[in-house]
Amino acid sequence: MYDLENIGFAYGPKAVFKNLNLTFEAGHFYGIIGPNGCGKSTLIDLLAGHLRPERGRIRLNGHPLDRFGRKVLARRIAIVPQDFHINFPYTCEEIVMMGRYPYIARFARPGKEDCTIVDEVIRQTDLSGFEARYVNQLSGGERQRVVFARSLAQQTPVLLLDEATASLDMHHTTAMLNLAAGRVSPGSLVIAVMQDVNLAAMYCDRLICMAPNGLFADGPLDHVLTAETLAAVFQVDAQVAYNDFSQTLQVAFRKEGQP
Amino acid sequence: MPAENKSHAPAAFKWRLPTAAVFCLLAGMLVAAIIFAAGSGFIHIPFWNVIRIMAAKLTGSEGMMAHLDPLAPVVVMDVRLPRILTAALVGGSLAVSGAVFQGILLNPLADPYTLGVSAGAAFGASLALLLNFTLLGLWSVPVFAFGGAVATLMAVIYLSASSGELSSGSLILSGIIVAAILSAGVSFIKYLADDAVGIIIFWLMGSFASKTWAEVGLTAVTAAFGLSVFFFFSRDLNLLALGHRSAGSLGVSPRKVSLLLLITASLVSAVCVAVSGIIGFVGLLVPHMVRFVTGPDNRQLIPVSALAGGLLLLSADTVTRALLPREVPIGVITALIGGPFFCYIYRKRQTMRNP
Repeated sequence: MYDLENIGFAYGPKAVFKNLNLTFEAGHFYGIIGPNGCGKSTLIDLLAGHLRPERGRIRLNGHPLDRFGRKVLARRIAIVPQDFHINFPYTCEEIVMMGRYPYIARFARPGKEDCTIVDEVIRQTDLSGFEARYVNQLSGGERQRVVFARSLAQQTPVLLLDEATASLDMHHTTAMLNLAAGRVSPGSLVIAVMQDVNLAAMYCDRLICMAPNGLFADGPLDHVLTAETLAAVFQVDAQVAYNDFSQTLQVAFRKEGQP
Repeated sequence: MPAENKSHAPAAFKWRLPTAAVFCLLAGMLVAAIIFAAGSGFIHIPFWNVIRIMAAKLTGSEGMMAHLDPLAPVVVMDVRLPRILTAALVGGSLAVSGAVFQGILLNPLADPYTLGVSAGAAFGASLALLLNFTLLGLWSVPVFAFGGAVATLMAVIYLSASSGELSSGSLILSGIIVAAILSAGVSFIKYLADDAVGIIIFWLMGSFASKTWAEVGLTAVTAAFGLSVFFFFSRDLNLLALGHRSAGSLGVSPRKVSLLLLITASLVSAVCVAVSGIIGFVGLLVPHMVRFVTGPDNRQLIPVSALAGGLLLLSADTVTRALLPREVPIGVITALIGGPFFCYIYRKRQTMRNP
C-alpha cells in the first residue's frame, strides 16, 4: 500500500532520515517503536503527507503521495495525534462530524449517511452521552477518545495513530486498539506509533523499530521484537517470551543491578 | 446519561439559539438602530420622516419629502448616515477579523491588537498624517495603514516562524513585542508632529466624526471583500481549531489558508484603523459574546459577529454623539464598557473551566 524509497528528511541541519526504505502492506497492523526523538512522529507526518520528504519518494497505492489533492488524501488517510488541545467550546458531536467534512461539500449540511456514521462511531468509542458535552471541558483521556472517534468517522483505508493511547486508561486503551484492529482488512491498514512494547506485541503483527540513526529493524513481530533488539535500541535488560494468557509475545523488564 | 456528566456542563454554556433566528433578529435590530440613530442628535427628526427621506433617496422620487423641513434630508443623508454606516461597517469588520484571528491563533482571547496588526496600521497611518501625504486622495491613509499592517504581520510571522510552522504562542509574543516597538514609534511621530499632533491624537483615540460617503464606500468594499473570503473559508477555519496537523489530515492546507486569512484580516483591520483610528475591544469582545449564542462554528459565528459588531459600535457611537453632553472618542467608550465586561466573562470562563 505504501512504498517509501530512499527517503531523506531533516529539520534544518538535523537529519532525521538519511536513506529510509520501507514498505507497508494492506491487511496488517503495523507498530512503530523506538526511543524518544528518533523520528517516529516525523515518519507519521511523512506518511500523512503533512511533511514532504526532501529526497526520495512516497507512493500510496502506486501513486506518488504528493500528487494526491488534500481533499482526496483526507478520504484515504486519517491521523490520531498524540496530544490534542482545543480552546473552543465545540461539542463532541461537532468534532466527530468534522471527520465527515472531506465527504461534505463546503456549504452543504451533513447528510443522513454522515449522521448515521457519526452516531455509530460515537457508540463504538463509548462516547454515548457525551454528544452535547464541550470538548474543551473534557479530561485528556475523554478528549483523546473524541479525536479517535473523529478519525474513525473519516472511514479511511489508512489509519495512523501517533501515540494515540498515551493518555488513556487500560480499559480505553484496549478498547481503542481493539477498534483500530477491527479496521484492518485486505484493503486497509493501521500504523501505530507506540511506547508500550507489550501493547505493540498484543496488537501488531508487523513491527518497525527505529533508532536515533534511522531504521533499526522491520518485519514480522517475532523477528523484530527480541531481547537483542530491545537491548541495542533501548539499552534495557529484557526478556521476550510467549505469554499463554495474552497469547502473544510479551516483554518482561528487569531492574538494573539484579543478578 | 449519568448525573456526573451533566454536572460538568454548566447551564449557561448550553444556551445555543437557532442561528437563522439570531441572524434575522440582529439584522432587524441593526436596521432599527440605523433609523433611530439617523433621527437622534442635536436636531431631532421623527423616525417616520427618516424612513421617508431614505425611501425618497433610494427610489429617486424627491416628491416624497416635499413637505419636510429642507434641512432634514441634508442632516440625515450628508451628515448622519455616512457616520452611522461607517460605524456599523467598522464594527462589523473589526468583529469579523477578530473572530478570524482568534480562529487562526487558536486563542479565543486574540484579536488584531495581539498580532500587532492594529499598531502597525496606526503607525503607517500616523506616518501618512505626519508627512501630510495626500497623493492617493482618500486612499492615502488606508494604503499607509495597510502597508504598516502587512509589514507588521510579516515581521511578526518572520519572528515566530520555525521549521515551517506558525505556533500561536510565539506568534502572540512576537506580536506584542512588535506592537510595543510600534507604539513607541507612534509616540515619536506625535512628538515630531507639532501642528498635526492634535489630529493624530484624536484620530488614534478613534472617532467617526465627519465621515463622508467616500469613506463609507471604502469601508463597505473592504468589508464585503473580507466577509466573502472569511465566509468561504469558514469551515476550513473550524478545522484549523483542531491544530495544523489534524486540519491537514482533514483536507485543509493549514499554512496556505492561515496565511490567506491572516492577510485578509489584516487588510480589513487596517482599513478600519485608517478610517476611524484604534477602536479596541470590538474585535475581542463581539466574537466572544456571539460564541455564547451560536457556538464556535465559524460558519455561524462570522455572519452573526458581523451584525453584532455593527450593532454594538453603532450604538456606542450614537450614545457618544447624541446622548452624551460632550462627544467622547468612541475608542474610549468601547474600552470603558468592553474592558470590564470582558474581564467579567474571562473570569467566569476561568472559574467554570476548573471547577
